[in-house]
Amino acid sequence: MTSREIRYLEAVREAMIQEMERDETVFLIGEDIGAYGGAFQVTHGMLDIFGPERILDTPITEMGIAGAAVGAALLGMRPIAEIMFMDFVTLASEQLVNQAAKLRFMFGGNASVPMVLRTPAGSGVGGSAQHSQSLENWFVHIPGLKVVMPSSPYDAKGLLIAAIRDNNPVVYVEHKLLYKTRGHVPEGPYTISLGSADVKREGRDLTIVATSIMVNRSLDAAEQLAGEGIELEVIDPRTLKPLDTETIIQSVKKTGRLLIVHEAARTGGFGGELSAEIAESEAFGYLDSPIVRLAGRDIPIPYNRNLERHAVPQVDDIIDIARDLVKVKI
Amino acid sequence: MKITKKLAKNLLQQMVLIRAFEEQADKSYIEGKVHGTIHVSIGQEASSVGSICTLNPDDYILSTHRGHGHSLAKGADPKLMMAELYGKEIGYCRGRGGSMHIADIAGGNLGANGVVGGGNPMAVGVGIALKMKKKSQVVICFFGDGAFANGAFHESMQLAVLFNIPVIFICENNQYAMSFPTGDSKTSEQLAESGDHYGMPGVAVDGNDVLAVRKTVQKAVHRARNGDGPSLVITNTYRRRAHSRSDRDTYRKKKEIEEWEKRDPINLFQKYVSEEGLLTSEEMDEIKQQAYSTIENSRKFADEAAEPALETIEDGVYA
Repeated sequence: MTSREIRYLEAVREAMIQEMERDETVFLIGEDIGAYGGAFQVTHGMLDIFGPERILDTPITEMGIAGAAVGAALLGMRPIAEIMFMDFVTLASEQLVNQAAKLRFMFGGNASVPMVLRTPAGSGVGGSAQHSQSLENWFVHIPGLKVVMPSSPYDAKGLLIAAIRDNNPVVYVEHKLLYKTRGHVPEGPYTISLGSADVKREGRDLTIVATSIMVNRSLDAAEQLAGEGIELEVIDPRTLKPLDTETIIQSVKKTGRLLIVHEAARTGGFGGELSAEIAESEAFGYLDSPIVRLAGRDIPIPYNRNLERHAVPQVDDIIDIARDLVKVKI
Repeated sequence: MKITKKLAKNLLQQMVLIRAFEEQADKSYIEGKVHGTIHVSIGQEASSVGSICTLNPDDYILSTHRGHGHSLAKGADPKLMMAELYGKEIGYCRGRGGSMHIADIAGGNLGANGVVGGGNPMAVGVGIALKMKKKSQVVICFFGDGAFANGAFHESMQLAVLFNIPVIFICENNQYAMSFPTGDSKTSEQLAESGDHYGMPGVAVDGNDVLAVRKTVQKAVHRARNGDGPSLVITNTYRRRAHSRSDRDTYRKKKEIEEWEKRDPINLFQKYVSEEGLLTSEEMDEIKQQAYSTIENSRKFADEAAEPALETIEDGVYA
């Protein structure tokens, strides 16, 4: 299959277009996704291809959007609901958490909810506190949901196609700052299994497990530290739930050191969950240093540009911590 | 227009079956065989039966925490329902759901819901799916007067009109949210007016008159099936018992309960059926006996059924 460089947002769009061409049960529902093309232009052009019968534009009605997806999925459709900013998933949570995640179990396995809820998370565009959050760990916590966070155009397309074909409710978390990043993406459809991590860079000195945009920043940090003779291994879990712990365990056994990097606020973030998973695993005996989390500060995202930058990990922060961590001996 | 003897028998059978089931559910709860809580619909039988008798077997319903009557009217097997209340493996939900989550997807019952207004947004999605699949089926979304205050109600009404979906929103107004008296601020007629605000027909009907409910809902079902969109129906009714088993029911006056007892939906229908010469009192007694006998068999079935095996505790979380 030939591949070419396209942007992350185009990769997301291409996944949806190809699945909608292949499977007539797939449709989109969300705010401003039709003629407007989506707040971040992800669905640009899709209305012209599929028409208003399959690209459902709605008023501002997050609970309605999520609930409609649940109901349609119960009848065997595969809806892709878009929530414009992850911050607003709070409004959709009733349907996502109390309904989508639980109907199959509560009904004794006699139902399924094959929906995808796509949403852009993250800071860095001056959106302030109510338009900049990373709430993925809330949904990692809910039995019945799957959570995916692609960091590259290639991963974005393959994971989204897999998510659409998955028979469970999947929360698919994009990042606003990733939309315009470019990468090689095969032209035809392909899937990346949910629950498979990717070693984005091999190294022997320290394992970094990073999510979403922190994968990119960790790779930048790794480039710079390579110049100092420090070799970082960067792992992108890609799916937070179900998590591919095996790949991470093998890496930590090799390097003896683990640094977790995510944008979401530190307390109650995914880093805590992953730290415990690794501490409980056979990798524990191989650690040469404590597991360290580099995460967002425990503050709402500020408006001021400089404060906003310093609210979450940047490349320099990753370099500083990694450089110190490889020197630690317990 | 007079109804047939067959229909009279059918409607009475269904209402009495619900009554018998609910009375037994309460008894079983008191005996400790059913735990948690239950929300019985005694007094609301005409609303359930009158609505659902207008549907075809392949139409859908979404129900509420007070949904035993809906399930039975939709054709649920009372044995499997009772087994679910008893938490048994053979129950509709393998004992995992309980009273508030009884569902029978194959039978068109998309589930009772423990969240007030939880089914309303889902009904929009069901309607969207039916339209996309070019089906002529419709969906009834039941909810209570308590859901009117909820954002979910509002969002669903708007989307239902926007997408012109084949849904009948049926609000069973039993005058109280939980203890909050809806009746103090809004009558059923006033609730029905909100249909207008959203752009769909809204009508109130005497929820204890099974034939009136049937006539009203039938219109709404035809409208939906013809592709003319959603409707709102308010059935004005009353629950004779408390909200749930843990409700001390201190907020209702005895006089009010007694007044509504005079309008018991089963008694009203029996009176009508007798006056119209459709069924004799012997035939009606026979119907009653059969219903109570069916429920006693369900009780026994549920009591003797096996518990879920502990090894299966993680079943059904993911597809």
